[in-house]
Amino acid sequence: MSTLLDIRNLSISLKLPDGTLHAVRDVSLSLDRGQSLGIVGESGSGKSLSALALMRLLPRGAECRPTRMAFDGQDLPAMPDAAFAHEIAGPRIGMIFQEPMTSLNPVYTIGRQMTEAAVARGMLSGSQARKKAIDLLDRVGIPDPAGRMSQYPHQMSGGQRQRVMIAMTLMLDPDLLIADEPTTALDVTVQAQILDLLDGLRRERQMGMILISHDLAVVAERTDHVAVMYAGEVIEQGAAAAVLRAPAHPYTQSLLQAIPTMGADPARLGAIPGTVPSLMHPPTGCIFAPRCGYRRPDCTSARPPVQQAGAVHDYRCVLSDPPTARPPAQPLAGHGVAGGEPVIAASHVTQLFQSRKGLFGPKREIRALDDVSLALRRGETLALIGESGSGKSTLARIMLGLALPTSGEVTMLGRPVAELTGTERASFVQPVFQDPYSSLNPRRRLAEIIARPLVLRGEGDSVSRARSVEQAMDLVRLPKRLLHTYPSQLSGGQRQRVAIARALVTRPEALVCDEPTSALDVSVQAQILNLLDELRAEMGLTCLFITHDMAVVHQIADRVAVMYQGRIVEEGNARDVLSRPANDYTQRLLAAAPRFDAMPEMEAAR
Amino acid sequence: MTTTDITLSAVEDGETKALTPGEIFRQRIFGHKGFLLGAGLILLIVLVAIFAPLLAPHDPYAQSLSSRMLPPVWDDAGTWDHLLGTDQNGRDYLSRLIYGTRVSITIGIGAATVGLFIGVTLGVIAGYFGGWLDHAISFLLTAQLALPGLLLAMALVFIIGPSIWVVIGIVGVLHWTYYLVVTRAATQRIRSQDFIAAAAASGASSRQIIWHEILPNLLSSIIVIFTFELGIAILAESSLSFLGVGIQPPTPSWGLMIAEGKQAMFYRPWLVILPGICLFLLVIGANLMGDGLRDITSPEGRNG
Repeated sequence: MSTLLDIRNLSISLKLPDGTLHAVRDVSLSLDRGQSLGIVGESGSGKSLSALALMRLLPRGAECRPTRMAFDGQDLPAMPDAAFAHEIAGPRIGMIFQEPMTSLNPVYTIGRQMTEAAVARGMLSGSQARKKAIDLLDRVGIPDPAGRMSQYPHQMSGGQRQRVMIAMTLMLDPDLLIADEPTTALDVTVQAQILDLLDGLRRERQMGMILISHDLAVVAERTDHVAVMYAGEVIEQGAAAAVLRAPAHPYTQSLLQAIPTMGADPARLGAIPGTVPSLMHPPTGCIFAPRCGYRRPDCTSARPPVQQAGAVHDYRCVLSDPPTARPPAQPLAGHGVAGGEPVIAASHVTQLFQSRKGLFGPKREIRALDDVSLALRRGETLALIGESGSGKSTLARIMLGLALPTSGEVTMLGRPVAELTGTERASFVQPVFQDPYSSLNPRRRLAEIIARPLVLRGEGDSVSRARSVEQAMDLVRLPKRLLHTYPSQLSGGQRQRVAIARALVTRPEALVCDEPTSALDVSVQAQILNLLDELRAEMGLTCLFITHDMAVVHQIADRVAVMYQGRIVEEGNARDVLSRPANDYTQRLLAAAPRFDAMPEMEAAR
Repeated sequence: MTTTDITLSAVEDGETKALTPGEIFRQRIFGHKGFLLGAGLILLIVLVAIFAPLLAPHDPYAQSLSSRMLPPVWDDAGTWDHLLGTDQNGRDYLSRLIYGTRVSITIGIGAATVGLFIGVTLGVIAGYFGGWLDHAISFLLTAQLALPGLLLAMALVFIIGPSIWVVIGIVGVLHWTYYLVVTRAATQRIRSQDFIAAAAASGASSRQIIWHEILPNLLSSIIVIFTFELGIAILAESSLSFLGVGIQPPTPSWGLMIAEGKQAMFYRPWLVILPGICLFLLVIGANLMGDGLRDITSPEGRNG
């Protein structure tokens, strides 16, 4: 098999106002024809930048220095930009982006966007291109492909748009397809279909593929080779099975322990202490040393050598034998509490949204919730699962009392929620939202943000409030030196802790968490899930946890309710629902979830 | 996305020498030449307005028929006594220009403030509450935009009677649309963010949410519009004075001075050019400062 892509010692630096950011350092990757390479890493690890460098799509001011970057034997850096754009980008290397909602131009028809590139390059005539486009749309599973050609992107769903994007890249028959988080914005069932499609296409056309993802389960299932990136460096790479089943580098090992799995009994997740180092001044030694459990003096003095862990498996560490001792699994602190009496109950709730096109347009009605009844019991963690648009966030807002349903009743502690005042509701239940970047007021300091619920309730004086704020920050394990910083100075995980601290400062009895970890990296997700478990044990919190991630449900939930198109289709004990789903939709949802179970020796150690 | 994540962690881990937000802010201010120039001009003009009695060499109202229409000092017939010459009534032109800054600055700030209160109030209400209130306020906006502003101002000043306070009120009442458009859109965007829902879930009333959560986030855009409106209001006052319905003689106002000088424009062009230059400097200063403020306060720091 011939080498399709060979990148050696790629470094990328970005000029920022306050210095130079060494975003990617000394990355070497290679890919054979027809093979697939997975690049995994947390946000900021440089995985996307490496791919963008290959496509010459780096942001302005970025400097890219490989010692060699060859595609099919051709030296890429030597090519002039115009020749590259004409011969390589498109016909030889195609790229699919993360956001299907923004990667198609909304003012052109699907047909025009698909045929444009091939016709403009003179590769196909207009009618040939049209025929090919219809064939490809059919191949990627778009129903009625000929009719779709004259439609606009807004007439399609996110999954369909991503299929169109894939079909569009295939129009030019590339030899290499780069997929940068192609399914991150999509629902699990759609994700599985898209990944199956990419897999099939790759085999059928003998294409090379680079799959960039933060999701190790996706990469483990779909690729032959894996490169694990951390803070701009490839710290481990090799055959997918070897790297992800028997990881050698301490970082990869800890990352795998941070992922909730569906297999065994839920146990405390392994969190990686500390944060990613600054890439302004990268250390001379091992990049992972400050957070590593096996740190030795020689880790920080020089860059560790590349060690062989197997035939096609190497890692960069001072330890010549990969560490095998794994920390014993710790049981969850607050798991498995039987629920008491219902504290928030929704009965026969229906929510309609009406919208009008323009001032005189016809009314449209959307049934977001359809006769939903759900009770949250004292002390339990109830997971509400479903795909986007299933109405789970709407239900959460109604159960919080932030919105009143069109019909039906919600009671909180036995009283109708409409009769309670804002502060009464607030003292019992508090929300935690999905996006930590929008849930904190960017113009307020942490001390003000966390104290705000106390001020609104008129509770205590400034001294007692300051004390409560400090206690809340202790609860969520935030250091006190952050008291007077603004949210923009914090990382995503720290912000989510602030949001939880704000929710807990008034000592509520219940939390409604709307996808609190889906915007976070796995290692940060592990910290937050562990924290919620500890808080359950310490405060006896009742928790409504909304998520789409089955492994997270398995990790924290006592009871599960599955929503589909505004209805609750299945409800029951978490273990029963996950192992023996009765409803057809739940079965599909579970089958589609990428699994990451088989790690024999790790499971044995637990 | 990738790069911001890294810089954020660079600030938080503290082991490297990352710049504090204050330092970055200072760097942005002093690295922005347009802002420095604009702010310098505005500061200078404000100081001149405040210290006008100390700076003016003559009484701006003192007439002297024997020395009418003297040219500036660089002209052959000019004298050092009247640096910029005199006007039709023999009043010292430099002193009148210096006192004229008071009128321009007062009207600029006053009218921009009146517009601010109207526009921001309506904008926040429309953006926050939406529904029929939003429809009503948007209709008001459309109606206002359809009116010929200067003509309406002329008619109103003429009916009510010209004075500096009437001019401030009317120019202000006619210049709130920009505030409304910007604050309404920004409020709608902020309103959909989770921290608003979090405040509501903590029992905050709409009034508390608007004051505590929304207004602080509008501040930087309000400041920027304020500086733009400042320039527009000053020009509007000059136009009104030039047309004879603004500031009334003998009060020194740049617009009025241009109007009075226009009769003699062909053989004494300085009578028009000098107040024109003053006006130009003030408005360009306000605009440069506004542009600079927008760059400095925007999170991504366009000219960082």
